[in-house]
Amino acid sequence: MTVETRQGIGGGHFAGLLLAPVRWAMNLIDRPMSFVQRRFGLGGVAAAFLAPNMLVFGIFVLFPMTLNVAYSFTGGGALFLNNRVFVGTLQYETLLACRDFLDAASCREDRFWRAVGNTGFFVVVQVTALVLVSLATALVLNREMRARGFWRAVFFFPVLLSPVVVALIWKWILQRNGLLNAALLELGFEPVLWLVNRGWAMFWAIFLSIWAHLGFYTLILLAGLQAIPRDLYEAAEMDGAPRWRVLTRITLPLLWPNMVVVILLALIRAVQVFDEVFVLTGGGPGTATLFLVQYIYETGLAQQVRNLGLASAASILMAVVLIVLTLIQLLASAWRERKEQR
Amino acid sequence: MLRKTTLVAALAAAASFSAVAYAQDPVELRFMWYSDGNEGDVMADLLSRFEEENPDIKVVLDNVAYTVIRDQLPVQLEAGQGPDLARVTTLKDLAPHWLDLRHLVEDPSYWEENFGNYLDWMRPQDSDMIPGYMTQLTVTGPFVNRTLFEQAGVELPGEDATWDEWAEAVKKVAEDQDIPIPLAMDRSGHRFTGPAISMGAGFIGEDGMPAVIDDGFKAMAERIARWHEDGTMSPEIWGSVSGTTYRGANEEFANAEVVMYYSGSWQIGQFAETIGDAFDWAAVPNPCGPAACTGLPGGAGVVGIKYTEHPEEVARLMDWLASEPVLKEFYEHTLFLPGHAGLTKAGLDYQSDNPNVKESLDTFVGAVGNLAPLANRMPAWEWANVTYFAIIGRLGQVVAGELSLEDAYSRIEDDIAQQIEEAQR
Repeated sequence: MTVETRQGIGGGHFAGLLLAPVRWAMNLIDRPMSFVQRRFGLGGVAAAFLAPNMLVFGIFVLFPMTLNVAYSFTGGGALFLNNRVFVGTLQYETLLACRDFLDAASCREDRFWRAVGNTGFFVVVQVTALVLVSLATALVLNREMRARGFWRAVFFFPVLLSPVVVALIWKWILQRNGLLNAALLELGFEPVLWLVNRGWAMFWAIFLSIWAHLGFYTLILLAGLQAIPRDLYEAAEMDGAPRWRVLTRITLPLLWPNMVVVILLALIRAVQVFDEVFVLTGGGPGTATLFLVQYIYETGLAQQVRNLGLASAASILMAVVLIVLTLIQLLASAWRERKEQR
Repeated sequence: MLRKTTLVAALAAAASFSAVAYAQDPVELRFMWYSDGNEGDVMADLLSRFEEENPDIKVVLDNVAYTVIRDQLPVQLEAGQGPDLARVTTLKDLAPHWLDLRHLVEDPSYWEENFGNYLDWMRPQDSDMIPGYMTQLTVTGPFVNRTLFEQAGVELPGEDATWDEWAEAVKKVAEDQDIPIPLAMDRSGHRFTGPAISMGAGFIGEDGMPAVIDDGFKAMAERIARWHEDGTMSPEIWGSVSGTTYRGANEEFANAEVVMYYSGSWQIGQFAETIGDAFDWAAVPNPCGPAACTGLPGGAGVVGIKYTEHPEEVARLMDWLASEPVLKEFYEHTLFLPGHAGLTKAGLDYQSDNPNVKESLDTFVGAVGNLAPLANRMPAWEWANVTYFAIIGRLGQVVAGELSLEDAYSRIEDDIAQQIEEAQR
């Protein structure tokens, strides 16, 4: 394997000089790489390149996950696995002990099921709204307009903020003496306890998470929009295709791979929702905005007797749901691609 | 011979140099600390004086948020790690991790004599170890905004006034003065327990295990629910968050949005700073129920951690910090109630010219003497925190309209049973 550089038009010797050290380094490793390739085949080389990453993944993701599974079969207040008591599937049985799965109050771990219900509602509404608003924002920001860079930065800015900062900002806005109520009072309305009313608390939890993450998903969609060849739009314009048809027949189908990424990431992020909402509402009022991760955190870490077994079992169940959702999403995407190819 | 002598001399010189270097290298103690008010500054000042007197010990005061002490320290301790000393409020539950100072301090009898009333709060069950001392004794009790009472022309209920009389009075004041929160209580099972004992709640069964739901408990729980329904209490405090999350109303009280705030003596220093002379405020005696007029004692203590590599140095520091003149200075500057028998008897000259502070401290010192025997037992009861956590989580759901009181009672019992089962497994 010898690296050669091709000089483009006017590429000149300067680029060649810049690339010389790279070429030298690549030539240097050529012999050992050729040997490894001959000895272990292409797959072996690929495995060697992947090994460091897999090692990090193994230590920091796979090992804790395995540990989590092990914890979910134990009980007691001890921290270390070897000091804990094996209880079999007891923690799962506790979580799943329900007379009626549609009525959280009939479950032994009612807070878990309330958290499941809240998370399910949050995921459906937040992901749908987030994807639609991100798409609309990306479509607007993709158009020729004044100060386009500035507007893109405006929408992306909240992504740069810490979730705690985002939540505190909105808490100041929404509390009884906050900015929103001050504005309402100025307009002659009565102040509203936004975070004490169950419906409003959920609304603001969803609103806040959309506001905080919109920029990130918009950016992904914007990249997808810019990759769509301009000549398709020009052809549609020449044919006199209406805007709606252009959107549904050109933009959306070609944007679909990016949409899949956005939906998948938004879905996973929504199931994992915790930090912003925890700071904003603390899971309240009552358990109105109690989500799964907060339930796991409180059960495993904030109780007087830390129930790590139950918390681990809940997190395993959550992981199973996430895996199923991801698989459904990927299968749907693959099915769509096959259909288009036909 | 000369070479041999030179070698010996060189070795001796090297040894003495290293000994000097070793002697000059102070032992470092890590002291995990949190602050509600100015106590961190007071402690830092005291520690710098300790270091001057003890140049062989360097103390690093790690000022952390209270949540770090509450959530992270227990995990560190469970792993056999942690600082050398810490200021904690979870005195009993973590007691197996404390360093026994009995054979390390200079005079164990001084510790028994002055801290004996509170040592059981921080000892493992049936132990006689000396784990530390109280940086503050706290008592739960109410603060009132006296200016609002005066402006409304409503007389402050007297010393023996009941909870119902207080509720009626604060509601009158709030209506007259257009105040959004007539009565606020910290969202904490600990705060609920004193009033519940006043109503006749028993909490501890004959076997020492929880026996929480009784008529006294129900009497207070029903009041909490009713007061939230009729507007005496605002759902902003108990109903706005979930689970065991703590929520206080100190900001609302300081902003004159609360007529009566049920919290505790630890707020005095903070109110002295945040309210100043904006309005007249004071602690008032605990309202009464049919059984008592009691608050609940508690507090924070400094303990040595048994995983320290320097137990002797920890004990020296503890001896110094717990000595009468040092503690006197600490309590007087932090405006904390003393957890030291000698100082309680001798009295303290609190460093504040704010009359509200003086009056409030007097009220809380008086409240210590009025504590019901059961209230005094609670801090040393091993299932106290489990009970407090279950109470607040479930009554919070009642306030938010998710559970009926009857459901909450059975859930509280289930939660406590589950936690005990898990702890005993």
